[in-house]
Amino acid sequence: MFAELNSILNSSPESFKQGEFILVSDRQTDASFLIHHFLSFYLRGCKVCFLGLVQSFSHYSAVSQRLGVSLNQAREKGQLVFLEGLKESLGVLLQGDTSNGTPALDFLRDPSSGLRGLYDFVHGNIRGSEGRAEDWGPPVLMVDDLSVVLSLGVSVGAVLDFSHYCRATFCSELQGTMVILVRCEAEEEEEESDEGSERLQRGLTHQCSLTLQVQGLPTGYCRDIHGEVEVCWRGRCDGLQIQRKLFQYKVCDKGTLFFARGTSSAVL
Amino acid sequence: MAAPSKSVGKSTGDRLSCNTTSFQKKSRSKLVSIPGTRPSVQNGQLIVSTGVTSLDYVIGGGLAVGTLLLIEEDRYDSYSRMLLKYFLAEGVVCGHELYVASAQDHPSDIIQELPSPILDDIASPKPVESQTKPCDPEGPDTMSIAWRYQNLPKVQTALASSSRFGHYYDVSKTMDPEICQAARCHGFYLPEHSATVSSSPAPPPTATGQSPMPEAYVALLKNLQEVIHREGFDGSLPQTKSRNVLRIGLHSLGSALWGDDLCCRDNPSHGHALTTLLYGLRALLRSSLSVALVTVPSHLIQNKALMGRITRLCDTAVALESFRGSERETNPLYKDYHGLLNVCQVPHLNCLVCDLPDNKDLAFKLKRKQFTIERLHLPPDLSETVSRVSHGGLAGAAMLGSSGCGSAGNKHLDF
Repeated sequence: MFAELNSILNSSPESFKQGEFILVSDRQTDASFLIHHFLSFYLRGCKVCFLGLVQSFSHYSAVSQRLGVSLNQAREKGQLVFLEGLKESLGVLLQGDTSNGTPALDFLRDPSSGLRGLYDFVHGNIRGSEGRAEDWGPPVLMVDDLSVVLSLGVSVGAVLDFSHYCRATFCSELQGTMVILVRCEAEEEEEESDEGSERLQRGLTHQCSLTLQVQGLPTGYCRDIHGEVEVCWRGRCDGLQIQRKLFQYKVCDKGTLFFARGTSSAVL
Repeated sequence: MAAPSKSVGKSTGDRLSCNTTSFQKKSRSKLVSIPGTRPSVQNGQLIVSTGVTSLDYVIGGGLAVGTLLLIEEDRYDSYSRMLLKYFLAEGVVCGHELYVASAQDHPSDIIQELPSPILDDIASPKPVESQTKPCDPEGPDTMSIAWRYQNLPKVQTALASSSRFGHYYDVSKTMDPEICQAARCHGFYLPEHSATVSSSPAPPPTATGQSPMPEAYVALLKNLQEVIHREGFDGSLPQTKSRNVLRIGLHSLGSALWGDDLCCRDNPSHGHALTTLLYGLRALLRSSLSVALVTVPSHLIQNKALMGRITRLCDTAVALESFRGSERETNPLYKDYHGLLNVCQVPHLNCLVCDLPDNKDLAFKLKRKQFTIERLHLPPDLSETVSRVSHGGLAGAAMLGSSGCGSAGNKHLDF
């Protein structure tokens, strides 16, 4: 949990806004440090369902250890439900159509069938253990790298359907939170901006309530400033205007420093 | 599937069940000791050398076990092939097992062409710069702090160099056949396998009649998984067998010889075939003690976004651009080098931050005994540790000059 990011977003583990859909997107850089922040943030009091599609469980566990949260303990207590995409995927990819393995990764077998299996997995795990569901706060869904399913053949429409269903369940019905990471590759000004991950990012930006867009510095590579983050709150029905803030950041071993543009300690 | 074991975070020793990954935290009691590997100085990860010491330095010390190195080929596939051979030669010298897959050349031909390692007793005519490092010659064999100084020549006659990390190779000679025979090598040559692929019953068609990957890739993944499981790299064999690392070299994935039209068309029919293969490969690597090097002819892929996705699915990515045949070959700026090297991506593994290079303009040169990678331009010195007062000579004169009355000016600046 990064203290500076908490103050930027005006939230703390004791009081945060319910029913939020947070979209973390990056362009030609790596925004996974924000996912680690949100994971350790929400594990301080909520039940989390984490779809880790690109990294192994031990990776998140090692980083969270440095941020002060133990994922193993959370998983044993039932507070964390972790889907390890890499581990489950091999069986599905190589065994063809045998019905072993979780149906959550059915899209690997047949990409045109969409992410229905994944949604059923998420839905089932949030409803499970009814007796202890009241111990934790509202449920949280986190997806590390939803755009990797585009590389595996799923269409943009299917992914947007999945996020819409999840939003209806998590944000509207259960008043929980969703945090999704999407990665884009192309530059924004290129002509072929109709490419899959761009469309996905635009579609998800329309659905979400808070976006954090991470990109590299426009002036080039710098060793001490790793990039900039644009935080954008979308207006809600209570009339708040769309608010945008821009920060630069530097990732350290146990946290991240956020500072206003041009005020990095390397420059001053 | 076995029950998940709670071994992360405890001193794991040598236990590696198939449910934990090969990323082992540095445990206090004993480290996993495999010849040719060492724990990384940044986060204790087990790393191996790529065979080229300057490439090891540029990607952060070495290649972590369980990860994938992507090399974007240069136009004539000369230097990327060289890097693949260095990688495999390093595996032979360290005693690792090899797995080579190619659709173009037979794996045994590739193994026979590996460069020969430079043995210590004939290493005396080494370039001068390696001897200027001050080092205690009576020090212990393995240096844990000044490990880079281990490459100073010692008087040894045998090829007892597996305790070293990173070796040098002479590209004008090929490796001795005896050394090659000593290494265990598994090969996958696609034309041999395609006969079996076409004769086996076709996989049952899915609802749309299209499987996600062409048969060549499925065959490759299956063969690789079978080798990993049979030889016990994923921990399936009992503990009596000593641990080893499998080095996987995959040549020219995505080219037309693999049955993939990614490089031939703007809108390939199997647009996500290579990315699905890389995802499966990533899953295999994360659950076994292996490390992979993949070369991809990226200059043939028209779609830049697709290349970005391929890079995202690999851990470390390096792009080569050779000057041969281009107008840069005669450009005096580049006369010392054979090409440019771009480090596209360095992974963050088990930690928030990775060791970023301070300079991304790199050029390489293939000499007979060394593949050197050097920086091409110096960046502006913008860091927290730079002392601005000490550059007073030039800065002071600049300030004087800019105020308009630079009389006692510097000899460098003349207004």
